[in-house]
Amino acid sequence: MIRLTDKPFDPGAELTAFSRGRSETGAVASFLGLARGEAGAATALELEIYPEFTSARIEAFVETARTRFNLHDAAVVHRVGAIAPGEAIVLVLTAAAHRREAFEACDFLMDYLKSRAPLWKKEHGPAGLRWIEPTSRDLADAARWD
Amino acid sequence: MARVLLFGKLRDVAGWRERAVTPAPASLAALRALLASDDPDLAAALSGPGIQAVVNRQIVRGDHPLVAGDEVAFLPPMSGG
Repeated sequence: MIRLTDKPFDPGAELTAFSRGRSETGAVASFLGLARGEAGAATALELEIYPEFTSARIEAFVETARTRFNLHDAAVVHRVGAIAPGEAIVLVLTAAAHRREAFEACDFLMDYLKSRAPLWKKEHGPAGLRWIEPTSRDLADAARWD
Repeated sequence: MARVLLFGKLRDVAGWRERAVTPAPASLAALRALLASDDPDLAAALSGPGIQAVVNRQIVRGDHPLVAGDEVAFLPPMSGG
């Protein structure tokens, strides 16, 4: 399941709903990303997508993760539009029989979301606007899975 | 007609998000040349590192033929999460 939303979401409620009714899943791993305020330098983030293409690409990454890590299920919730510091931007949930697969799939999906999913992040602050580009660390993190 | 979409910093550089190019250029390279001739800043941005082209929602590498009705998007380096 992937969901792109322009409204704040409740990570706890998402985790509870995702975990419900699983009798064979021994492990659910989660990653929650929050918008940083950068000590006042970032007053808001703005996330742009390419409608349909963005969700199709993320869906393809989820399918890859499902096969590669033997997942029972995976979910991605990602904010779009304006996001205030402290708000949740992204939630990745993975379910597997055992923890290793769940952890690794979560790590894989986050690495892909950071630099390979069609999402563009703009930071608003007192100094103006700045498009955020993936760091060399982000690119190297994603390349670990190639 | 080809529909051209720009995202992220490319949209800010060009000052537009979507444009219809009539008639549709024969190839992605021809479209790039046409956009570049209109706007040197956009030309520089499009030839920068990490720019990907997408034709009809498929990522393409190198040149690619275009026909009328195609949707072409130029994507700057991605930054989600």
